[in-house]
Amino acid sequence: MQGTNIRNRFKPGDMVRVLHLGKLGHVRIPFYVRGKCGEIVHYCGSYLNPEDLAIGLTNGPVKDLYRVKFSKAELWPDDSQSLGYTLIIEIYDHWLEPTEFFRGIE
Amino acid sequence: MMTGDRKRRDHVHDDHEALVVEDDAGNLEGQIIIDALQSVLIDRGLLTAPEVVREIEKLESPGIHLGAKIVARAWADESYKARLLENGKQAIGEIGISVGEAQIVVVENTPTIHNLITCTLCSCYPRSILGQPPSWYISKAYRARTVREPRAVLAEFGTVLENDIELMVHDSNADMRYLVLPEPPHDLHDLSPAEIEKFVTRDRLIGVIR
Repeated sequence: MQGTNIRNRFKPGDMVRVLHLGKLGHVRIPFYVRGKCGEIVHYCGSYLNPEDLAIGLTNGPVKDLYRVKFSKAELWPDDSQSLGYTLIIEIYDHWLEPTEFFRGIE
Repeated sequence: MMTGDRKRRDHVHDDHEALVVEDDAGNLEGQIIIDALQSVLIDRGLLTAPEVVREIEKLESPGIHLGAKIVARAWADESYKARLLENGKQAIGEIGISVGEAQIVVVENTPTIHNLITCTLCSCYPRSILGQPPSWYISKAYRARTVREPRAVLAEFGTVLENDIELMVHDSNADMRYLVLPEPPHDLHDLSPAEIEKFVTRDRLIGVIR
């Protein structure tokens, strides 16, 4: 999916899953959201990819960036004790795939 | 603060992780390396000493006084508040504060919503507005626990959220930086600008205090 030219392919309310890309280096997508399903809340614009910038590649291409929200139940399914909360984190387009399955409804 | 966490560790540390380690003679290893690098760069003509001083000033001059100015304006002017929530960087620029970050996302606390800011990967923080982050913000305990047990972290700061308040945790992992717009105090209209500024603390704009 990397290198896709479709800009701004998600809109608020769309369900997405964070991919496990297994990339090394300066990756800004923490492990605790990988493989998790969430909902697009905001399109932030497009930015140079930090994975490229960290190794001196400053000419792009730019990547769309979205704010995606996850429920506590989706992130930490084994924790049924504590109260819920919502987590919002930024995910670059190439780490996202559309999904219809959403396990984390509270 | 962070007392619950401290109890779980097998040996006791200070409240904060050490930021710098000096030897017995007071030398800082990092400072020695930086001084050597700086003198090489100046010798080569790549850098001047006044440039270094200017950059340090730029890093150190922002602070909560800028955050307080933004919040006071938003509380006083509904249309400014709407612009601030829509496009933080542009609205903050309107009142003469220059923002170095790509975008500032301002998140509003309401009677039913509380926002908390963290950066699990490092120490991302709206530095051009609030200056440098406090040391607990960059501690591993805060970074890990704010996305795992945020209500427990808040309670350690003395912020016990009612169960019916929705908690939104924002992980600033990429290009956005976040500021919380706190709820105004009930007696806002009786307060002087100085008193309002005193109410708008750094911790309220991070969201560890409600």
